[in-house]
Amino acid sequence: MLAALALIWVGVDILSGGAFLTPRNLWNLSVQTASVMVMATGMVLVIVARHIDLSVGSVLGVVGMVMGVTQTEFLPRLMGYDSPFIWVLALGAGVAVGAAIGLLHGVIIAYLGVPAFIVTLGGLLVWRGCAWWITSGRTVAPMDDAFRRMGGGVEGAIGSSWTWVVGVLAVAAIVWRALHARRRRQQVGFALRPVWAEVVVAGLACAGVLAVVLVANSYDLPPRVAERIAAARGLVVPPEGLSIAHGLAVPVLIAVGAGIVVTFLARRTRFGRYVFALGGNPEAAELSGVDTRRITVLVFVLMGVLCAVAAAISTARLNAATNAQGTLDELYVIAATVIGGTSLSGGLGTVAGAMLGALVMQSLQSGMVLMGLDTPLQNIVVGLVLVVAVWLDRLYRSRTLKGAA
Amino acid sequence: MSAAQPLVAMRGMSISFGGIRAVDDVSLDLHAGEVVGLLGHNGAGKSTFIKMLSGAYHPDAGEIRIDGQAVTINSPRDARRHGIETIYQTLALADNLDAAANLFLGRELRTAWGTLDDVAMEAETRQVMARLNPHFVKFKEPVRALSGGQRQAVAIARAIHFNARILIMDEPTAALGPQETKQVADLILQLKREGIGIFLISHDIHDVFDLADRVAVMKNGKMVGTAPTHAVTKDQVLEMIILGTRPSIQ
Repeated sequence: MLAALALIWVGVDILSGGAFLTPRNLWNLSVQTASVMVMATGMVLVIVARHIDLSVGSVLGVVGMVMGVTQTEFLPRLMGYDSPFIWVLALGAGVAVGAAIGLLHGVIIAYLGVPAFIVTLGGLLVWRGCAWWITSGRTVAPMDDAFRRMGGGVEGAIGSSWTWVVGVLAVAAIVWRALHARRRRQQVGFALRPVWAEVVVAGLACAGVLAVVLVANSYDLPPRVAERIAAARGLVVPPEGLSIAHGLAVPVLIAVGAGIVVTFLARRTRFGRYVFALGGNPEAAELSGVDTRRITVLVFVLMGVLCAVAAAISTARLNAATNAQGTLDELYVIAATVIGGTSLSGGLGTVAGAMLGALVMQSLQSGMVLMGLDTPLQNIVVGLVLVVAVWLDRLYRSRTLKGAA
Repeated sequence: MSAAQPLVAMRGMSISFGGIRAVDDVSLDLHAGEVVGLLGHNGAGKSTFIKMLSGAYHPDAGEIRIDGQAVTINSPRDARRHGIETIYQTLALADNLDAAANLFLGRELRTAWGTLDDVAMEAETRQVMARLNPHFVKFKEPVRALSGGQRQAVAIARAIHFNARILIMDEPTAALGPQETKQVADLILQLKREGIGIFLISHDIHDVFDLADRVAVMKNGKMVGTAPTHAVTKDQVLEMIILGTRPSIQ
């Protein structure tokens, strides 16, 4: 998967005359991918549990609208436009609505026995209609200043020093995890990997973190913005111009955070274990005393919450809530998940894979924009890549399974 | 043995599916340290009957007593709480998970923080499997990659690891070779010595005749009759299975 991504990046960079692998483009790429990435983390669990969610784009639309109306029309009447709580309350309202929608989907699927495909196909229409209905189709703008930070842009980046802090923390976490896992296995006397292998794995991960930090910190703010910030802080602008880096974008941090949380849920909690058991063999899960209906409902609630987070990123980035927001996102999210190695027959998939899948899709898309390809041609390429990627994955997998048996 | 209070007493069990009486007024006892072979053709109602004990089905009528106490078993979880463990014919394994995850499915060990303690679960799994199948090494692989005998061993390990008192084995040797069948037979005798009561369900009389203390035969959802194994011949039992009539014994 990483190899495929590297291939696309290098290939597109050569074809577009070196316009792709620039800090600026990579930074923008990461911001553009964030919303789909967040939803893809949840879609992994939905698909692993042998369900599907076709409604995520529409849920994003209606939740974005709710958050937009809450912060521009409802809350200011109560607390004025400049209240520092507006963004939190708007986000909270959105998350609550997202969770409620997920709960509704989950209950209908798990307890009334309607297939997820149908429930969420209905949801796709219903929630898109509701998004329109809330404001009768009117676009809501602009968003609250603090809220807009979640969408990236000049205000929505954390600057170079904080980026270093995040990077150092990430490296520390990687090293700690490797040491901790090794110590634990040692305690019960399991076979250990050779030390050099542990060092290589952890070293590669740390190098990856470092690369991300360096790229984010070498994309400078536009000169005029930098001057304004310098003026606000009382700094003197040197004659050769000022260089202030963006650092990591807030939406990217949110997406990575969502990825970590959902990975944790999937791998380290009973809930995640049951989702995978349910996807592998629903009857076995049931006979083992797993409350499969409850698990199904929780999966859809989580999906709804993640749609709300994605909606926050997307409305903040657009600085507006429109009723068409998120249209076709369900297809991108499902495609990213499947390209990322999640099996549509259930029981198999990783969150990290889905996030990489989202990055692959977005890389292709923005690469083709840089290369100046027409939109219809872009769609054709993305469609073909989806089919070929899944086919290659199947080939690879059937071979490794044969090798194992 | 018959004088003591039975470990399990099932009385007048009935269940219907869509108007068809799959099990009709069936009663059966099981004592501690006893192996009861439940025989009958495919579709005779054996599995359905026993699934009311394992919690997979809810009976329409009937009573289950464990140690003389009437109990309600509404789910597999309830059954496990009463020390009833089942090895299903399908094994009921999640093929995408490894041996430890399957063994502890529904009863995961957790760390002090409430997260899954995979290392501890793997360590315990290694211990149980060492007893059942010393050659077993594929602890990291999904059980899909295991052989029939190894999968069976995982299913058995899951049933006996949690101090079962009542063990239900549905066609336990159907998918096994002679060597593995022998291993299962040895295990059954060992568990019996430990005082566990065992139901052995099979459509093949040869699977159970040598192991069972008693045979019970079902046909068309009804109990044909039970008999101590030493008091009947295989031919008499076959007669019960095929004709559904009680031979003149005792």
